Amino acid sequence: MSEEIIKDVIIGESDDYIINMGPQHPSTHGVLRLEVCLQGETVKYLIPHVGYIHRGIEKMCEASSYPQIIHLTDRMDYLSAHMNNEAVCLCVENAMQVEVPERVKYIRTILDELNRIASHQLWWCAFGMDLGALTTFFYGLRDRELILDIFEESFGSRLLHSFNTPGGLMHDIHPNFQKRVKDFITYFRKKLPEYDQLLTGNVIFQQRAKGVGLMSKEKAIAYGVTGPSGRGSGFSCDLRKHAPYSAYDKVQFNEILYNEGDTFARYKVRMDEMWESMNIIEQLIDNIPDDGFTAKMKPIIKLPAGEYFQRVETARGEFAVYIVSDGNKTPYRIKFRSPNFSNLFVMNELASGGKIADLIAISGSLDLVIPDIDR
Amino acid sequence: MQKLELLAELQKHFPEAEFPENTQLTEMVISKDKIHEVAAVLKADETLAFDYLISQTAVDWKEKMTLVYHLESVKHRHTLVLKADVADRENPQVETVSDIWPTAIPHECEVFDLFGIRFNNHPALRRLFLEDDYGYPLRKDFRDEVNFIER
Amino acid sequence: MQSTIYNFHDLTGSIDSTLHSWFGNTGTVIAEMVLVGIAFLTFYALLGLFLVYLERKVCAVIQNRYGPNRVGPMGLLQTVADLIKLLMKELISIKRSDKFLFNLAPFIVIIASFMAIAATPFAKGLQAVDLNIGVFYVMAVSSLGVVGILIAGWSSNSKYSLIGAMRSGAQIVSYELSVGLSLLAIVTFAGTMQLSGIVESQADGWWIFKGHIPAIVAFIIYLIASTAEINRGPFDLAEAESELTAGFHTEYSGIKFAFFFLAEYINMFIVAAIGATVFLGGWMPFHIGSWDAFNHVMDFIPSMVWFFLKAFFIIYIIMWFKWTFPRLRIDQLLTLEWKYLMPLSLINIIIIAFIVLMGWHF
Repeated sequence: MSEEIIKDVIIGESDDYIINMGPQHPSTHGVLRLEVCLQGETVKYLIPHVGYIHRGIEKMCEASSYPQIIHLTDRMDYLSAHMNNEAVCLCVENAMQVEVPERVKYIRTILDELNRIASHQLWWCAFGMDLGALTTFFYGLRDRELILDIFEESFGSRLLHSFNTPGGLMHDIHPNFQKRVKDFITYFRKKLPEYDQLLTGNVIFQQRAKGVGLMSKEKAIAYGVTGPSGRGSGFSCDLRKHAPYSAYDKVQFNEILYNEGDTFARYKVRMDEMWESMNIIEQLIDNIPDDGFTAKMKPIIKLPAGEYFQRVETARGEFAVYIVSDGNKTPYRIKFRSPNFSNLFVMNELASGGKIADLIAISGSLDLVIPDIDR
Repeated sequence: MQKLELLAELQKHFPEAEFPENTQLTEMVISKDKIHEVAAVLKADETLAFDYLISQTAVDWKEKMTLVYHLESVKHRHTLVLKADVADRENPQVETVSDIWPTAIPHECEVFDLFGIRFNNHPALRRLFLEDDYGYPLRKDFRDEVNFIER
Repeated sequence: MQSTIYNFHDLTGSIDSTLHSWFGNTGTVIAEMVLVGIAFLTFYALLGLFLVYLERKVCAVIQNRYGPNRVGPMGLLQTVADLIKLLMKELISIKRSDKFLFNLAPFIVIIASFMAIAATPFAKGLQAVDLNIGVFYVMAVSSLGVVGILIAGWSSNSKYSLIGAMRSGAQIVSYELSVGLSLLAIVTFAGTMQLSGIVESQADGWWIFKGHIPAIVAFIIYLIASTAEINRGPFDLAEAESELTAGFHTEYSGIKFAFFFLAEYINMFIVAAIGATVFLGGWMPFHIGSWDAFNHVMDFIPSMVWFFLKAFFIIYIIMWFKWTFPRLRIDQLLTLEWKYLMPLSLINIIIIAFIVLMGWHF
C-alpha cells in the first residue's frame, strides 16, 4: 500500500468504491472498522481503524496496584483471560523473586489449556458463521459451555475469572475440579471429530479456505503475526515450547506447525491445538502436587525498581507484559503487547487482491478479539 | 546464543552503544539519531539476525522519553531490548524502523498516539485510538480535567 | 385402470356452474377471479407463516436446540407474533434513496412469486390456470423476481445493498439456465410443457425412476440450481449476512422487509412444488408400472397429501443444506454454474433426447 493511496483515502479525494465494514458489522467480531476499497467484488486494499473501545488500560494501570491490574488484563483478550492474568502474575513474581508452589504451576497450566480449548471452540463457531455455516455455532458453544461450567464451579465466574494473583491463586480449586476436567476430556475427545465431519471435510469449506490469504513465513515474522495464525505459516513461535513458563517444561507436547500459510492452515493449527491441549491437561491433571495454592506474599506488593518483561502464549499469540517500576506499589509504566494488535495489521497484505468473501474468511482465520487491540 | 556471547557480539558491532548491567534481558542504549542504522544492522547481520520485533513502546521519564524496542531472533532465539532516549518533548522526532520490521507500522502509530513521538518516513502515521486534538495520555504531564480522577 | 383419485374438477366445476346460474358469463369470470385471488392470498399468508415456523424448527433440530416453543402450542404462533411485530414496525425512509423504486421493489418481488404459484397443480383438477406451456410460464415468471431485487439494491442508496443486488443478478441469471435445462430434460421425456400433462404422464411411475440416470442427474442439478435461484442455502450470497450485513434488503424495515422475507419462503415453496411436480409426480400417487393392486391402494391417499408431502420433502432438503454448508464465494458460484452444471445439463439433455428417440425409457 503506497503512501499516496493512504493519503487519498484519509483526505477522501479518491474515487474508489469504499465500504466501511464496521464498527457495527456481523463479522468483525466487535467494534473494528475496516475501510475496504473495492473494485467490483475484489478488494483493492483495506485500512483497519481501531480505537472504538479504547479504555486506556495502560494509563489506568499506572494508578492501580498489581493485584488490581490483574482484573484489568481480563478485559483485554476476554477469551484468554487466564493467560493474560498469568503474564502479569509471572512478571510480578519474577520481579519479586517469589517461587510459587508447584501446585500453582500445574493448575495454571491446566487452566491455560482449558481456556485455550474454550477460546478455540468459540473461534471455530465464529469462523463457521463467517463462512456461512451457521450450525457450527451451536456445536461449538455446546461443548464450550462445559468448560465454562467447570470454571464457574471453581472460580465463581465463567469468562473473566481473575483467578490468578501475584504469588499464586485466589483460592484452591473445587474438589470436583479434577473429575470434571477428566470427564470433559473424555467427552470432548468424542466430540472433536464431529467438528471435522461438519466443517473440515466439506468441499465448499475447503474451497473457501485453501489458498486464501496466503502469508509466507517471512511475512508472518516481519509483521509479528504470532500464535496459531503465525504457526499456520510455519513461524515457530510457540512460547510454551521456546520459553517455557509454569509447568510447560514438565509436559510432552508438539508445537503444531503448518507451512501452507493459508486460511486452511491456520484453521488446522487451531483444530490440532485442541487435541494437543487435551494431551497436556491429561498429563497434568492426575499429578497435581499438594503444596498450597499460594506463596507467601507481602500484603502490599511493591516491585523493586527496574524493568521486567514477561511473555506468555495466549490462544491468539504472544502476549507480553513490560513493567517499568520505580519501587512503588503501582507500576511507573506498563505496556501490554497484545497479539491481536500485530495480527490485525497484516490483514491488508493478506486480503488485497482477494474477494470480499475472502476478506471475511481471513479476518475469521486471524481470530481477532477487538478489546485486545484497543486496550 | 547465550547472554554473554550476545553482549560481546553486540559490543563488537556497536562500540558506541551503552550496555546497562543487572537487567532482566540484554539491553542496549543508543542515540536516537542512529536508530534506523542500528536496526538495519541488527536485522541484517547473520549472527544477530533480530528479525522479529516483539513490541515497541516508550516510557516517559519526565525529563526525557525513552523508546523501547523488544527484539527477538527467530533463528537464534535470543532477545534484546533496544533503547533510545528522546530529549525533546515539544517536537520529538525519530526515524522510523517500519521499513525494517513492518510490524512497527501500527506500533509506531500507537506510540505517536499515546506519546506524541513523530516517526519520520513512516508510511502512514496517524492516531490509532484517540482523536486528533486529544493530548498524549501516557505522558506523565498529561491532564484531563473532565475524565480524570486524581488520587 | 380405473383411477379412484378424487378429481377436484368436480368441485370447481360445480362452483363454476352455480356462479354461471347466478351472474352470467362476465360476472362469473370476475367472481372466480376474486375467489381464486382470496384463496391464494390466504394460502400464501398461511404457507409463508408455516414455512418460517418450519425452517426454525428444522434448523433447531439440526443445531441441537428446541426452536420456538413459547408462543402457542409448540411455538406455532411464534411466526404470527413475528408478523404482528413486523406490521407494527416503523417504515424507515432512507435519505437520498429513490423513493418510488424503493417502495416498488418489494411488490415486484412478491408479485413474481404470486404469479408463479398460479400454475401449480396442487391436486388432481386443482390448478388455477392450466397453461399448455406451464413449465415455460413458471420459469419466466419466477425469474421476474430478480428485477425487484436489483431495483431494491439500486434504490436503497447503500453500498452493501448494491453489491448484494449485483451478486444476486449475476447469480439468478446464470442459474436460470440450469434450472431451465434440467426441467427441459423432463419435458423431453413427457413430451409436453403442460404441468397437468407432465403429472398425467407419471401415472405409471415418477420420472425420477422412469428416466434412468439422466433424470436423477437432472433432478440433482435442479435442486442445486433452484436453491441458487432463490438465494438460499449455500448460495445466499445476495444477502450473505456475514459479508454484506443483509445484502439487498439491508435498508428495508417493517412490512416491506416482511415482503422480501415472505417472497423468499414462497419462492422456496414454488421451487419445491415445481420440482415435485416435474420429477416426483406432483399429486400423482406412488405407482409402479402395472402393479394394479398396489397402485390402487396408493390411490386412497388423497392427491393433495401426495403433493404436499413431496413438496415439503424437497423443502426439507433445501433447508437441510442451508443449515449445514458454508457459503460459496461469488467466483466459485459462477464457476460451478458455467463450468460444471451448464455443460452437464446440456450433455444430459442430449443423452435424454437419444433415450427418448430410441424409446428406452419406461
